[in-house]
Amino acid sequence: MTVARRPFLGKLGKHLLLLPFLVFALFPFYHMTLTSLKQDRELYDRFAVPLIITQGPTLEHYTKLLWDTDFLIWTKNSLLVTGLSTVVSVVIGTIAAYALARLKFAGVAAFGTGIFVTYLVPTSLLFLPLAQIINWIGMGDSKWALVLTYPTFLVPFCTWLLIGYFRTVPKEIEECAMVDGATRIQALWRIVLPIAVPGLVCAALFAFTLSWNEFIYALTFTSSSEQITASVGVTTELIRGDIYFWGSLMAGAVLGSVPIVILYVFFLDYYVSGLTAGAIK
Amino acid sequence: MAVRAEEIRVTGARPGLVARVRALLDREEILGPVFVTPALLLLLLLVAYPFVVALYFSMSNAFIGRPSEFIGLRNFVKLWESDAFRQTFQNAFVFTGIAVVFKVVMGIILALLLNEQLWFKRMIRGVVLLPWVIPTALSTLGWWWMFNSLYSVVNWTGIATGLMDPPGPNWLGQRYYAMAAVITVNIWRGLPFFAITILAGLVAIPKELYEAAEADGAGANARFWHITLPLLKPVLAVVVLFSTIFTFSDFNIVYVLTHGGPINSTHLFATLSRMIGIDTGRIGEGAAISLYLFPLLAFVVWAQLRFVRKQTF
Repeated sequence: MTVARRPFLGKLGKHLLLLPFLVFALFPFYHMTLTSLKQDRELYDRFAVPLIITQGPTLEHYTKLLWDTDFLIWTKNSLLVTGLSTVVSVVIGTIAAYALARLKFAGVAAFGTGIFVTYLVPTSLLFLPLAQIINWIGMGDSKWALVLTYPTFLVPFCTWLLIGYFRTVPKEIEECAMVDGATRIQALWRIVLPIAVPGLVCAALFAFTLSWNEFIYALTFTSSSEQITASVGVTTELIRGDIYFWGSLMAGAVLGSVPIVILYVFFLDYYVSGLTAGAIK
Repeated sequence: MAVRAEEIRVTGARPGLVARVRALLDREEILGPVFVTPALLLLLLLVAYPFVVALYFSMSNAFIGRPSEFIGLRNFVKLWESDAFRQTFQNAFVFTGIAVVFKVVMGIILALLLNEQLWFKRMIRGVVLLPWVIPTALSTLGWWWMFNSLYSVVNWTGIATGLMDPPGPNWLGQRYYAMAAVITVNIWRGLPFFAITILAGLVAIPKELYEAAEADGAGANARFWHITLPLLKPVLAVVVLFSTIFTFSDFNIVYVLTHGGPINSTHLFATLSRMIGIDTGRIGEGAAISLYLFPLLAFVVWAQLRFVRKQTF
């Protein structure tokens, strides 16, 4: 009853209840960033308070990461692999989704089920045979193997997501265009795709995020420092022997997340809608 | 374009190749297969074929760089005789069971809170979703540091608030603590998916139902158990099925945080499969281990197709 009489306090209470969840979500990032900015003598002082910086911040871990390791090469590899596999997957996924959402042809139901089933296949089920196949075709330890294999999980995702978007485009608009003499491909290109742009953006964002975050394929199919991606580079090359350089390690984890964070800040709403669309539609 | 096509027909001339292709592509039964061919090829060559290869490997003594022989089910039998595998089998169920239960309960609570009128609504959602979009391997490195045996901030906080006796647990070096640590990170990373999806389910529940229930004198508790929860069931079913398969097959968190240790106590099928198949080169055995993910995957696919999606193409 107090809640009803004092809406302000009730609202404040809800925020207080949310607080533990927000701290839980954010704290690891806060601590990672903080560690990456600390000087070594504070970092390895067991009596220092770990929650704040007391002896002044430093960028030495970042400069060390950028100039003394191959971090920039790994990032470049990540960008190349992610960019290419995203473009390929969105194109393949778009036409497949259009066919599934709109066209009647033999085998359409079976193909739709096939797409859905592969959407659920975890990457850890097939990485061993895929590693062998990649060796057989001579792509062992090459980032191109990642460009080839990432679409296996991106295409089912993009297709599934886009089927939902295409179904929201009224059939009549397309039919009107076709009555006016446009071919089906022209109708798709000029009418349907422009309407489905939010869906395409969403598919591209998720494809980019999923392939940037991919780990087990990258870890298994590539190993030399010229070929590996940022996640793999930071987790394997920066950890050598028993001495860890925690500052640089955390700097690598922070910088390796930056491209995704930038996208995230600009396209938050797409992430929210894509996440729910992927699971519910 | 249309004019040109008509001209060709009117003049009765043999249409050119381009025009013929264009006319063919305008027919649904032709364009459909053409449009799905790239995706189909991809799925056949890089999903279906590797799956067949995995089945063969699992029944062979394949070893890196050596021709393999068919040995039937011997790998599967051998696995059951190994302590590491039996431990892994148990771990997979403990890990998945505990993590999914926590994610469901916390996900519902968080979604209910997010569904309220809030200040900075968009920013709060952004914060909640963040763990889900950051590369897991990298954020797990942050947790690795937080659980470090000497400099753990978790222990420091625990000791400072009097919740732990110094020096606090060695999180990644003791078996039950290590399992608790990997489960915690999995919950942290998976909770956003639950919360945001359940939130979408909550938003879809008609307001009138709550108003009617309130008019009938139903309290907040009754409204939750008799309206919210039953109507959330379909969404919860999808989320749980989805999360079960991806938690069961998790690799990144365990690989980065514990490498399956101490003494195999946190190994999951994916990490053990990689250790046996890649690090020791016994591909046959490794493939057999990862195929243990398959029955659960088959069940989830069946359940999703049977109960959740009644979509027709």
